Amino acid sequence: MTEKLIIIGNGMAPGRMLEYLLEKAAGRYEITIFNAEPRVNYDRIMLSPVLSGEKDYEQIIIHGDGWYIKNGITLYKGHKVVAIDRAAKTVTSDKGVTAAYDKLVIATGSVPFILPVPGNTLPGVLSYRDLDDVQAMLLAAQSRSKAVVIGGGLLGLEAAAGLKERGMDVTVLHLMPTLMERQLDPAAGYMLQQELESRGIKVITKASTKCILGARKVEGVELDDGRIIPATLVVMAAGIKPNAWIAKEAGIATNRGILVDDRMQTSDPDIMSLGECAEVGGHVYGLVAPLYEMARIAAAKLAGEQGPGFVHNDTPTKLKVTGIDVFSLGDFADGEDRQEIVLRDAAAGVYKRLVLKENRIVGTVLYGETADGAWFNDLKKKAIDISDMRETLIFGQAYQGGAPLDPTAAVAALPDDAEICGCNGVCKGKIVSTINDKGLTSLDDVRAHTKASASCGSCTGLVEQVMKFTLGDAYNPIAVQPMCACTTLGHDDVRRLIKAKGLKSIYAVMQELEWKTSCGCAKCRPALNYYLICDWPGEYADDYQSRFINERVHANIQKDGTYSVVPRMWGGVTNARELRAIADVVDKFQIPAVKVTGGQRIDMLGVRKEDLPSVWADLGKAGFVSGHAYAKGLRTVKTCVGSEWCRFGTQDSTGLGIRIEKFMWGSWTPAKVKMAVSGCPRNCAEATCKDVGVICVDSGYEIHFAGAAGLDIKGTEVLGLVKTEDDALEAVVALTQMYREQARYLERIYKWAKRVGIDEIRRQILDDPERRRSYFDRFVHSQKFAQVDPWSERVSGLHKHEFRPLATVGLPQAAE
Amino acid sequence: MQWIAIGQLSDIPQRGARCIKTPHGKVAVFRTGDDRVFAIEDHCPHRGGPLSQGIVHGASVTCPLHNWVISLETGKAQGADEGAVRTIPLKTEGGTIYIASSAAVEAA
Repeated sequence: MTEKLIIIGNGMAPGRMLEYLLEKAAGRYEITIFNAEPRVNYDRIMLSPVLSGEKDYEQIIIHGDGWYIKNGITLYKGHKVVAIDRAAKTVTSDKGVTAAYDKLVIATGSVPFILPVPGNTLPGVLSYRDLDDVQAMLLAAQSRSKAVVIGGGLLGLEAAAGLKERGMDVTVLHLMPTLMERQLDPAAGYMLQQELESRGIKVITKASTKCILGARKVEGVELDDGRIIPATLVVMAAGIKPNAWIAKEAGIATNRGILVDDRMQTSDPDIMSLGECAEVGGHVYGLVAPLYEMARIAAAKLAGEQGPGFVHNDTPTKLKVTGIDVFSLGDFADGEDRQEIVLRDAAAGVYKRLVLKENRIVGTVLYGETADGAWFNDLKKKAIDISDMRETLIFGQAYQGGAPLDPTAAVAALPDDAEICGCNGVCKGKIVSTINDKGLTSLDDVRAHTKASASCGSCTGLVEQVMKFTLGDAYNPIAVQPMCACTTLGHDDVRRLIKAKGLKSIYAVMQELEWKTSCGCAKCRPALNYYLICDWPGEYADDYQSRFINERVHANIQKDGTYSVVPRMWGGVTNARELRAIADVVDKFQIPAVKVTGGQRIDMLGVRKEDLPSVWADLGKAGFVSGHAYAKGLRTVKTCVGSEWCRFGTQDSTGLGIRIEKFMWGSWTPAKVKMAVSGCPRNCAEATCKDVGVICVDSGYEIHFAGAAGLDIKGTEVLGLVKTEDDALEAVVALTQMYREQARYLERIYKWAKRVGIDEIRRQILDDPERRRSYFDRFVHSQKFAQVDPWSERVSGLHKHEFRPLATVGLPQAAE
Repeated sequence: MQWIAIGQLSDIPQRGARCIKTPHGKVAVFRTGDDRVFAIEDHCPHRGGPLSQGIVHGASVTCPLHNWVISLETGKAQGADEGAVRTIPLKTEGGTIYIASSAAVEAA
């Protein structure tokens, strides 16, 4: 026997539900629909195009009269249900029809929110919900006079654009500071406002409506600030609320909407509800995607199936105004645990913003170019980790897995005499001909034979592009660049394995990690020595034979085999006694050149190697220690005079610089580390191009890092502002330790930071006090073994073999 | 051939080098990780860098100035670089290192 199914409401949700139900269980129910609107099911989403004239009513009908007849459905048009009798299981319409049900579905949709202001019932005040509203607006628009739309949300703006199309003079009043603030961030809201205004729609934000003026019909709107906007038509589009009164009247549980479970079941086992009137899991919905999902679930339940229940999903929002592309999805509020990727193209009117949390998209706002909205939605829905495509993500799907502008083509277009490697003066033609003549296939080969990218390496990418277009598919760069020819492992793997396997000597590393050579090479040995020193302070014995000569003899080798000596001058501060001692040393050892360095130190150049210990002994007597100007370690902390002398100084920058330097000297780092502290934002110590810099400001200390002023020029990134000098020291130290533990040997801070991500570093060092403290503590521990003056050690005889010839043969023994 | 004692094997660190001064310039004496000893001119064929100051690996040394790699056995530049330094005959007996006097004194 067929059961009786009654549906109250004939909108898109129940319409879709019926389609599913007829598919699953045709004939199971005898179906009756009561529709308060005197018409069939039509596509409400398309009301805006009807208003603007792009479509007419016939084109937006979903189910015509024939569909109801064909499926044996009774449709009461223009019948508003006024009572549900749950005991008798009947419903009664305002036209006096009473019908019995076995199952009842309430799909009464929503009602517009009408501002509770005086005058809101005057003729000429409309809402924007159904075809009747649209027809009334179209009628009003014939006057071509003034209209006010209250509400700058999705619906209000569509209404405004439609009315403008129809020739009205339209003003949008919006309570909030920016349009569509629930879907768009302020930037996109601003662009939208600009666009609407350029179309002649006036927009007043922060506009609070006081009352609607008019005697017998609308004449205008008065705002709280007293402004009066004349209008013959006022459209209220300030929101909607679920239409739940009939259910409430019948004693069914309601809250904002009619409460249903995840299968659209109300508190009455024979009554279901879906659509905008239903409240599920604390949410009510106004967009079609979740409503269709409800329809699917309700149909399954009516068909007696047990499918999956309703799950909340963010639904993308799109504005349906021709020529304005806006897309919004999910949650795009800022947050400490969130990062964002923003692309702006002012000329093209494009704004894109992705909000990420834990490498997953949580929100998206697209303005001007929304083609990738679906793709971003998909990534968000599937919670896909986007780390691998982070750099190109914002450009959209088309740019994944392939470069937008083929860089190989760009290099191919270069002339033969274009210089590729500036250090070694190698041009493109030379690289191409050498590759062809010698049959080279690897970057190392090309480096060896042409010297291109063999020095600073900053042209490596270009050289690889040249190889790519010269060799075509024959060139296959391996994903991980090995440390050197002694291993197939890259730096990161080696660092990881040293920790994981507890390897504590160079030989242990080479054995366990299957080095291809017996004792490594000049590339890997210094790297391994550093990694082991960093990872096992106090346990690993520094291997001097694996250090570059400068770090072995604590001076800088010069082109003629002599050395330069730079004593430490804390924070760049010195005095007469120190200067006198330097002058004496220069005279005594006939040092040919003395120069002031960029790091505020004094450099003595041309010292003979065998004189080094004596030079250090004399400098040591004056209180000098090694300046580590030769080291992959902390070199200098440059300062300005700060608040002690300068009329602009905000803090004691000199004091802080000296404090940092005294705390950190002696530490070994992956590459050299240069710091600076400036006493005010005028930045005389040039802290914004250093590895780590501090800019003192009135409110504290701004910590900078990842600057460069060498092969690359790069301003620093701001880590953040800290309040006290102690905080500044802790942040600088923790940051340095993080770099020490993570970077590849010879990788400067700015390159490491680019690889790891500024946000990640900030998260670990500034946002996570525990993590910061543990980095700080590890640095302090390692300093116990590092802060030993290498000069005084050697003056007392350590490694004396380094500085003396083994023997002198065939020379007359000098008698003088 | 006349041999001149120049010092003990233990005077040179493993994977290290010492210099000897001769009338014609310095000679670098190397001790490898497996205790073999070599002597070559302390003058890189590239820009004259002091090879004795380089990092010793296997039976090669990397010049501290521009990273040329020189074979201690043959004196030849390795890899794609072309050039060579003179090698000097040398022997060890009972922990003492001897250098060929004619080579060291006359032709270095």
